[in-house]
Amino acid sequence: MRTFGSLLVRGLIVGLFAGLLAGTFAYVMGEPRVDAAIAIEEAGAAHSHDHGHEEEAPLVSREGQKVGLFLATSLYGVALGGLFAVGFTLLRRKLRTGNDAHAALGLAAAGFVGIVLVPFFKYPPNPPAVGDPDTITKRTVTYLLTLVIGLLAVWAGVALSRWAERYGEVARLAGGVVGLVATVVAAYLILPRINEVPEAFPATLLWQFRFASLGTQATLWLLLGFGYAAAVDRRPAREKVTV
Amino acid sequence: MAAPARTVAVPAISPKLLAAALLSVGVLLLLAYLVGFDQGAVSRSGMYLHELMHDGRHLLGVPCH
Repeated sequence: MRTFGSLLVRGLIVGLFAGLLAGTFAYVMGEPRVDAAIAIEEAGAAHSHDHGHEEEAPLVSREGQKVGLFLATSLYGVALGGLFAVGFTLLRRKLRTGNDAHAALGLAAAGFVGIVLVPFFKYPPNPPAVGDPDTITKRTVTYLLTLVIGLLAVWAGVALSRWAERYGEVARLAGGVVGLVATVVAAYLILPRINEVPEAFPATLLWQFRFASLGTQATLWLLLGFGYAAAVDRRPAREKVTV
Repeated sequence: MAAPARTVAVPAISPKLLAAALLSVGVLLLLAYLVGFDQGAVSRSGMYLHELMHDGRHLLGVPCH
């Protein structure tokens, strides 16, 4: 029997490493796009505000923000890793596999679909220079809603596939897809449309940034899943709890 | 040959475990909030932490500005 504490600490540690490596991915793939977007923002600001007021010194320099990137991804990784461990502890009995590594990977895949992919396709992330400051509250609320709906959609997919499995393997798979997709499509239709990308913003840069953001989160979840699978699988194997 | 089925060695969900799990979730969500959404309200750092983690927030897909 493992304790909750040991399961949780493993999640926190795995999350920290996953976050650091996601930060490295973000630094290499994402920072050049952020820099390019900020350059566009500043060029635009110079254009529209040429009534000569002094540029305010930023609270944190660009170099500082690049270091802060690693702080952000690490703390976020720790938080996600811990939440993942709690989810693993509470849901482990419900997952129909005797293999803890498979359970961890399945849970990570579900988390990635629900928390990353579902929000991504409704509200793709934007670089600086895109987005109206006045709508931040609305965008935050709708973004959080997509996270919750994403997890609900995964749950609906699992529930429907388990209900449909009595009708065979094809029905099981179809049930999972229908449960997930129907929930997501319904939510996408109901949630408001938000498009604040300025006309002149380069489409290539926009999508390069979005894929860098997706890659950052994919790195985080991949490492979280495989890391936790490795961290949690060792002990029960030694304990020989075979039936 | 299929691997033998294993009993699952996770703690049973007792009220005590549930309380510990909920407390952890609360603390962890607060940490995620600090990275993603706080503008000084919780951290009492003004906008410093918010600005410091600006790039991370954008690249983690959280809405910003």
